[in-house]
Amino acid sequence: MLSFRRKAVNVIMLSLTGVCTLLAVGTLLFVLGYLFIHGGTSLTMNFFTKLPTPVGEAGGGMANALLGSAKLLLLASSIGIPIGFLGGVYLAEFGGSSFSFVVRYTTDLLNGVPSIVIGIFAYTLIVLPQGHFSTLSGGLALGVMMIPIAIRSSEDFLRAVPVSLREGAMALGASKAKTIFTVVIPAAKAGLITGIMLNVARVAGETAPLIFTAFGNRYWSPGWEQPTAALPVMIYTYAISPYPDWKQQAWSAGFVLLMLVLTINIFARMILSKRGHVAR
Amino acid sequence: MSPMQAPISRPTSPPEPGIIGQPFPIQMAEEKTPAPAEAAKLSATNLVFHYGSFRALHGISMQVFDKRVTAFIGPSGCGKSTFLRTLNRMNETIRSSRVEGEILLDGEDIFKLEVSALRRRVGMVFQRPNPFPKSIFDNIAYGPRINGTVSRSGMKDHVEQSLRRAALWDEVKDKLYESASGLSGGQQQRLCIARALAVNPEVLLLDEPCSALDPIATAKIEDLIFQLKDSCTIVIVTHNMQQAARVADYTGFFLMGKLIEFDNTTVIFKNPSRKETEDYITGRFG
Repeated sequence: MLSFRRKAVNVIMLSLTGVCTLLAVGTLLFVLGYLFIHGGTSLTMNFFTKLPTPVGEAGGGMANALLGSAKLLLLASSIGIPIGFLGGVYLAEFGGSSFSFVVRYTTDLLNGVPSIVIGIFAYTLIVLPQGHFSTLSGGLALGVMMIPIAIRSSEDFLRAVPVSLREGAMALGASKAKTIFTVVIPAAKAGLITGIMLNVARVAGETAPLIFTAFGNRYWSPGWEQPTAALPVMIYTYAISPYPDWKQQAWSAGFVLLMLVLTINIFARMILSKRGHVAR
Repeated sequence: MSPMQAPISRPTSPPEPGIIGQPFPIQMAEEKTPAPAEAAKLSATNLVFHYGSFRALHGISMQVFDKRVTAFIGPSGCGKSTFLRTLNRMNETIRSSRVEGEILLDGEDIFKLEVSALRRRVGMVFQRPNPFPKSIFDNIAYGPRINGTVSRSGMKDHVEQSLRRAALWDEVKDKLYESASGLSGGQQQRLCIARALAVNPEVLLLDEPCSALDPIATAKIEDLIFQLKDSCTIVIVTHNMQQAARVADYTGFFLMGKLIEFDNTTVIFKNPSRKETEDYITGRFG
């Protein structure tokens, strides 16, 4: 009797966990499939090479938004990665004091700040004084978003390097700085790169911080001082428009963005699994 | 003796630990022990060490003699590793640790030396092999590179020489540029010894170097210690009393943060003057 009950509970729990796993995986597959059917099938080379066309005119693409997103991510990375990485080095190698506790705590808080608030921050800092929207302000907003994730992922991967390696280097006469740069960081390299890639992939899809910083642009945006188009903002603008043409373009843009993020993710996981575990 | 063990020449097989209270027969490393008047390489005076409020060492005074093997034995937590790690100031990395007293290296106060200069002169090998996740070559070349002691063109010879000193060259000469993590545990430990030797240390500290190794690998490390003591002063911490008896010229017995007895290895194992030492080596406790 007892054994029957135990078996029944086992079957129920197994099915429950299985169904939930299927739901999680199914959601991703559904989104992928849906985007492919609506966006992927009508994707043409024009999308990657042409500027948007005026309403009513067929054709056109989002070349400016692709370049705009690339420029924004480049700028964001050059702000977020160095600050985040060096902050992570500090926390992992010199942390432990109450100051580090405060840093860690504020980093977690910053990570929890809604992205639109980060947008307002960049707006106040750059757009208001300059009086116009710009790539610069958009890049800053995304860069600020990258900092907390970069700090925590760098710290985690550096901490995973065994103490024995640090001791080994110091016992050979290496200073703390030399130990960090010649042993600890190289040992954590795969993880650090993966963390950075996932971070870039994550902010690539951010829309809210760009709405009143990069703003959007129907044309090319030379330099860093003008408003620029970006894929996520373009998707938003086109998707809420009443024109079937534009809606179609939004589907395509969505598909391209998802593929981009997915590719970065897959590459990052490959780097990590190939030589991910830190050799002891 | 199985065929596996045949190639390794041992003076005798290690004796089984005796029945409690019965002194077990111990094969000594050398029957004739060195004369007591020897040159001190390291000398500690009244060394006290604290981890926070815990006093781990209660005023240790002793000398480590030049070109000799000195072993520290004692139960877990007796302070022998702490003392060893004070000799190259490795314990300084621990927060809230505090050290008092004096240690002289060739008459110089080690706490006044620059710490990296001290560690170049006093090398260390740890309990678990800790090769860097780099190639075998880069592991050996690491110390000379960061210290700038060997020219780029001389590095290949220097790496070979260091590996030969650690009796590892023949096993790795065809895979110098492969990752060191592919080596066996015993090879990794000899790699770590070679890495330490590449800096040409005057003193080599070994912190239970065989505790993670099988008996064959242990035998190889012990043979290596015999060869190295011509060129290096060696201090070894070990849990294995037979090992101390086999390799060491001098042995210190630590208990509860105190150095209970320090003498010729023969004296410590055959005719200890302190009751605690006798109890420990005959297996009454520890």
